[in-house]
Amino acid sequence: MSDRKPRTPADTAGDDIGVVDNPWQGLRAFTDARIGLGRAGISLPTQRMLEFQLAHAQARDAVHWPLNVDALSEQLTDTLGIDAPLRLHSQAGDRTEYLQRPDLGRRLDEHSRKSLQETVDAEDSPFDLALVIVDGLSARAIEAHAVTFLAALSRELDADDNDWRRAPLTVVEQGRVAIGDEVGEAFNARAVLVLIGERPGLSSPDSLGLYLTWAPKRGVSDGQRNCISNVRPEGLKIEVAASRARYLLNEARRLELSGVKLKDRSEDDVIDHDKNETGNFLTY
Amino acid sequence: MSGSYRYSLGERTYRFDSLAELMAKATPARSGDRLAGVIAESAEQRVVAQMALADLPLATFLEDLLVPYEEDEITRLIVDRHDRQAFETISSFTVGDFRNWLLSDEATPEVLDALRPGITPEMAAAVSKIMRNQDLILVARKCRVRSAFRDTIGLAGHLSTRLQPNHPTDDLTGIAASIFDGLLYGNGDAVIGINPATDNVAQSVKLLHMLDAVIRKYEIPTQSCVLTHVTNTLEAIEQGAPVDLVFQSIGGTEATNRSFGFGLAELAEARDAALSLNRGTVGDNVMYFETGQGSSLSADAHHGLDQQTCEARAYAVAREFKPLLVNTVVGFIGPEYLFDGKEIIRAGLEDHFCGKLLGVPMGCDVCYTNHAEADQNDMDNLLTLLGVAGCNFVMGIPGSDDIMLNYQTTSFHDALYVRRALGLKSAPEFEAWLKHMEIVRDGDSHRLSERLPQAFARSLDQLPETGS
Repeated sequence: MSDRKPRTPADTAGDDIGVVDNPWQGLRAFTDARIGLGRAGISLPTQRMLEFQLAHAQARDAVHWPLNVDALSEQLTDTLGIDAPLRLHSQAGDRTEYLQRPDLGRRLDEHSRKSLQETVDAEDSPFDLALVIVDGLSARAIEAHAVTFLAALSRELDADDNDWRRAPLTVVEQGRVAIGDEVGEAFNARAVLVLIGERPGLSSPDSLGLYLTWAPKRGVSDGQRNCISNVRPEGLKIEVAASRARYLLNEARRLELSGVKLKDRSEDDVIDHDKNETGNFLTY
Repeated sequence: MSGSYRYSLGERTYRFDSLAELMAKATPARSGDRLAGVIAESAEQRVVAQMALADLPLATFLEDLLVPYEEDEITRLIVDRHDRQAFETISSFTVGDFRNWLLSDEATPEVLDALRPGITPEMAAAVSKIMRNQDLILVARKCRVRSAFRDTIGLAGHLSTRLQPNHPTDDLTGIAASIFDGLLYGNGDAVIGINPATDNVAQSVKLLHMLDAVIRKYEIPTQSCVLTHVTNTLEAIEQGAPVDLVFQSIGGTEATNRSFGFGLAELAEARDAALSLNRGTVGDNVMYFETGQGSSLSADAHHGLDQQTCEARAYAVAREFKPLLVNTVVGFIGPEYLFDGKEIIRAGLEDHFCGKLLGVPMGCDVCYTNHAEADQNDMDNLLTLLGVAGCNFVMGIPGSDDIMLNYQTTSFHDALYVRRALGLKSAPEFEAWLKHMEIVRDGDSHRLSERLPQAFARSLDQLPETGS
C-alpha cells in the first residue's frame, strides 16, 4: 500500500466513492490552475486535498531548510575550480528572527564584516563584478541551482567582449537581497549580482532569483535593481537566465546604471503572448 | 497639540508620550508593530495601555490628530467629513463606554447605520483594540453595508465571492478555463476580477473586453474588474474599454498613497469617468479598493502609527468614493507584518469590524504566503469567523492556489463550504441566475447540479482536445 505511486488525475476519474468528477478536467491542459478538482458533496476530494497539503509541506520545508554551506562550497570548488567561497552571515540570528526582521537580513553581522574586510584587504580591487549567493527564503533553490547557474554564467562571461574581473565568491546565510550591496561595496565592485532563493510558491519550492545592482552601496533602493525571477528547470531555464544576466550586465555597464531605467528588451517577445492560441472559448 | 497620557496601576504610573504611542501600545501583538518599534514592551504594558485607552473620551480623537491636518489629505478628509450631529449620540462616551454601547441592545443595525458619519477611523481603531474576537464578530454582524452594480452585495444572510481567474502570462484560454470552473462552482457574484500579469493599459483593455464578452454572452448579473493602477483604468475608459469597476490599492496616509502613485483627486476623477459609462443595472457603486495592514510601514509612510490604525484610516478614503467592494488582503503582506495564523485571524476580524462600523462594504482576502506560520486550517478558521460576522465577500480561486501571485486564498469549494455551513446565499440576482442556468439545483441552492449545464457544455464542445 505504502509503495503505491501517487495517482494521476486520469486514474482517479470516476472511481472514487462519494466523489463527483467534473467533466471539464480536459481544461487542465490550458492552465496550471487547480481546476476541475471534482467534489465530495461540495468539498475537496481526499486525493486533491492531500495533493495540496503535499505542495504546501514542500514549500514550508523549503522556507525552513538550512543552507548546507559546506556541501555547497565543496560543489563550487569541484565544479567551477575556484577557491572555497567566503562564508558570511546576516544579523538575523535564526529563521524565526529572519522572517520577522527583514532589516536584520539586509546587514552583515560583526564577525562577517571583519572577515569580509580581511578578504578585501588581501585582494587587488576594484572588481567588475561581485557574485553573492544568499539563502533567502529557499535554501533549496540555492542547493539545486546555484552551481549550475554560476557555471553557465561563467561560460557567458568568459565568452564576452568585455572583461569581467570577478571578486571572490561569497555565501551569505539568513540574508535578503540588499545584503549584496554591502558585499559589493566592500569589494569596490562595479556591479553586484545576488543569487537568492525566492519565496516558494506551491508548485515552485526551488525558484532562484537574480538581482543586479550597478554601483552597489548600502542604502541603494530596490528601484535601482534589475531582477530575473523564477529561475528553475520548470520556469526560466538556467541557460536562458545566464544569457539574460550577461545581457543586463553589459547594458548596466554601458549605461552605468541599473534599475527601472535599464529596460530588459530581451523579454519583449513574451509580452502579450498567448501560448494556447485557443483564446476565450467561453464566447465562441 | 498632542499631550501625554497616564495610567496608574497600583504603585506604578505608566506614561504614554502621545496618542499614537497609546494606540500602538494598546494593539494586540503583531510582528509589523515590532518591526516599526512601536509595539508594547511587555504584555502588562499592553493591557495597561488598553485600560488607559478605555478611559479616553472619544472626543479626544477630534482634537489630538494622529497625523497633522496640514500634512495629510486623509486627515483633512476625516476631519472635514466628520458629522458632529451624528456623533452626538456617542459624544460623551469614553472608548470603554463605546465598546459597551456597541455590544448593547440599543445599538441596533438602524442606529449603527445612522451613526456612521459620526465615527472616525481612529475611534473605530481604538475601540477595536479593546475588543475580543467575539466582540468584533458580534458588532460587525449588526453593521450591514449594502452596495450594488449588476447585483446586490452585503445583504444579511448572503456571502459573495470574487472569482479570481489569474494566470501567470494572462493567457486568455487559461483565464477562461478558471472562469468556467468558478462559475460552475457558483462563484463570481461580487466580481470577476483579474490581477494582470502584465500591468499596462493595452493588456488591461484586452482583458476587459474578454470579461465583458463572457458576462454579456451568459447574461451574468455580475461585474468585471482588471486590477490595474487607477491611472491605467482611466486611460482604458478614455479608449472606450468596457470598464465596470475602477480598482486601486489604497492606504491610510497621504504618503502611502503617493508611494502607490495617486491621490484623492485621481480617485475622484476615475470614479466620475466610470459613472459616466452608466453600466450598472441595479446600482452605481463603481469602485473596488484593496487594503491591508502593513502597507504604510512598507512604504515608510506610517507617521509612527501602529499598522492597524493606519489601516482603519484607509477606510475613510474608501467610504468617500462609495465603493462596491473593499477588500483587506490580510495575509498577503508576509510574516514581517502578520507573523502567524493567530495574527492574521485577529487582523482579518479587526479590519472587517472597522470597515463595517465606518460603513464600508467590507470583504476579506482570507490568505497567507508560504513563509508565514499559517496553513489551510487557519484559513478555515478565519473564513468561518468572517462568515459568522457577516462579511460581504471573500475570494474564490481554483483549489486555493493563485498561480500568478503565488499565495493561497479561499477556493471555490471553500465558498460553498461556508455558505452551506452557515446557511448563506450568494447575491439574490446571481442566485436566480445560478438556478436559471441549472448550475445549482432548483429548491436547494446549496447543492450543485450533477449534470453539466447546457450553455457551458456547448462551450466545452468547441474545444477539440478536452477529454470530456
